[in-house]
Amino acid sequence: MIKSFKNNIKGILIEGLTLSSALLIIAIIVVMITVIVVGGKDQISWEFLTSFPEDGMTKGGIFPAIYGTALLVIIMSVVAVPFGTITAIYLTEYAKEHSIIAKTIRFAVRTLAVIPSIIYGLFGLGFFIKFVGTTMDNTFLGGQLKWGQPNILWASLTMALLTLPVVIVSVEEALKTVPNDLRAASLALGATKWQTIWKVVLPGSISGIMTGTILAVSRGAGEVAPILFTGVAYYVATLPASFSDQFMVLGYHIYVMTTQSANVDQTLPIQFGTTLVLLMLTFILNISAIILRYRIRKKKTT
Amino acid sequence: MKKNKKGKKSDPAVSGLIDITRKKFRWSDYLAEKVIKGVAFLSITIVALIFIFVFRESLPIFKTEKAPVKTEATAETQETYGEVTDKPAAADVQETYGEVTDQSNNQAKVDSTSTSKADDSYTVSAGSGFDDNQSALKSLLTKEWVPVSEKPRYGILALIIGTFKVTIISMLFAAPLAILAALYTASFASRRMKEIIKPTIELLAGFPSVVIGFFALMVLASFLQNVFHYDTRLNAFVGGIAMGIAAIPIIFTITEDALTAVPKTFNEASLALGASKWQTAFFVILPAATPGIFAAVLLGIGRVFGETMIALMATGNAAQMGLNPFESVRTLAATIGAEMAEVVFGDTHYNVLFLIGSLLFIFTFILNAVAEFYVKGKLMKRIQGK
Repeated sequence: MIKSFKNNIKGILIEGLTLSSALLIIAIIVVMITVIVVGGKDQISWEFLTSFPEDGMTKGGIFPAIYGTALLVIIMSVVAVPFGTITAIYLTEYAKEHSIIAKTIRFAVRTLAVIPSIIYGLFGLGFFIKFVGTTMDNTFLGGQLKWGQPNILWASLTMALLTLPVVIVSVEEALKTVPNDLRAASLALGATKWQTIWKVVLPGSISGIMTGTILAVSRGAGEVAPILFTGVAYYVATLPASFSDQFMVLGYHIYVMTTQSANVDQTLPIQFGTTLVLLMLTFILNISAIILRYRIRKKKTT
Repeated sequence: MKKNKKGKKSDPAVSGLIDITRKKFRWSDYLAEKVIKGVAFLSITIVALIFIFVFRESLPIFKTEKAPVKTEATAETQETYGEVTDKPAAADVQETYGEVTDQSNNQAKVDSTSTSKADDSYTVSAGSGFDDNQSALKSLLTKEWVPVSEKPRYGILALIIGTFKVTIISMLFAAPLAILAALYTASFASRRMKEIIKPTIELLAGFPSVVIGFFALMVLASFLQNVFHYDTRLNAFVGGIAMGIAAIPIIFTITEDALTAVPKTFNEASLALGASKWQTAFFVILPAATPGIFAAVLLGIGRVFGETMIALMATGNAAQMGLNPFESVRTLAATIGAEMAEVVFGDTHYNVLFLIGSLLFIFTFILNAVAEFYVKGKLMKRIQGK
């Protein structure tokens, strides 16, 4: 009796410990969101979102940063989503589950997912700017400096590499939920493998591709380290009009305002406002991705 | 195929038609497969390219070009290291310096005191012979990171120690918290609680690191300073906690997966033997999932190790060697992030930053490889009973 009583107490204590850990994590998240929302909500206005920074970034809005972020994620998605989807198709439809090739590709994808984002920045600088860009300048422009310097194209491509594994993983998960019966039926009706994939498997996993895209966009919108030296700028007076322009980004704007600007206190509201905008953006994207993903998983179980 | 050929013999006209259409389809199919396969190989190519190009830019440091005799001569007079090691020829010192670190255990004290003394007495002459790559390579294993000065020193030891300090702090904070929370969701939580906790923590995974860094800089730093009463507002402790917050969702998710992957039979057998719920959770399920939890922590370490923005914003960014957690530190990743924008392309400093990048890359690559192969193999063995 006594022993079981002791055990009961221990059990309650241990369960309480695990529960409080979970609650502490949630509390941290809630506090973080609350602080940023409370600090930034007064700043958010239509004007703040649609006007340019003024007076050496101490006043005004963040429109160029929003525009730059949007442009960045669009170019990035155009590259990352098709390539990611195709890789996922190869892994689920073509490669044999335990073949060395499939294993190597999976390993490479996971490696891509864990490489620190700053390394992507270095790679973007070393490969896109210094290798590809400089070569392009030398061959097409006769050495005139145009592509061999940071710009939005190189930044977006760097970001596309970073988000590639995100797309691959979610699309793969979605492709796996398409029942094999459907594939078999399609093949039995005389469709070729590619026709089956194009007409049956892909439409069936469109929500998975959406999830992947959303997650990639959310990741790309929030990352700063890869674009630090591949294209982002502290301040540009005009919106980027071509691939070879530099641009502003929300995340970098926050970083610059908090650490590099001369009067941090004066711009505090803008900092909070920008952080809130970025947080809301990634928040909305992530929530929709989570909802989509849960739907896919439900489909899988039923 | 074979059936087709047989058919061809019996009825050439019809089967010929089928053959033509088939061939057409096969052609497009063949093409599609090749293209898809090619694209799939891209991810392998990218990993290889990243390694090659990051490493390539750091290579010039290792080139042992013959340093001009003149610079060597000047180097001798300026080298404090030359005095420390008590060797007559500067050339000798340059060659042996890498090895000297082995001996430097006993010389370390002398070394640190004399360098700091000698630092003050430096009379920096223009074009000090320290700019060449050999001496940069030589200075890599020293403790001082002073890349922008008349006489730059690239001692990445302080950066490495700083990085490890932050990583350890963040793991001490994040790993227990995330693992216990995962244990709760996997073993104790009702379905309802699960549906609240899991998506919320997944949401944290989507927080941009800049936002977490901002939170750490603006709120967490002041809060922790009020609680613990230390002097420097931004330090390894604040950075560690902030990065821990960033690493929690990774550790939580992978641990949770590992815990739920433990077969139901384990659970049932344990309960049937009379063990209570918590005993089962702690003594059966948790041990069964240890390889997975180990992998989770490894990946968490990888995340923290390469985290740039939080490190830039919350750790204070001063390269210090001490073991005090409340001192400012500068991590490897933050160093790249802060300094790369200001260096001259092709400069020694530029190359050293790429070298740091290669170190980071190799480290995370190994971490991932260990998590992938060793741990997974073990987990499989354990769960399937050999």
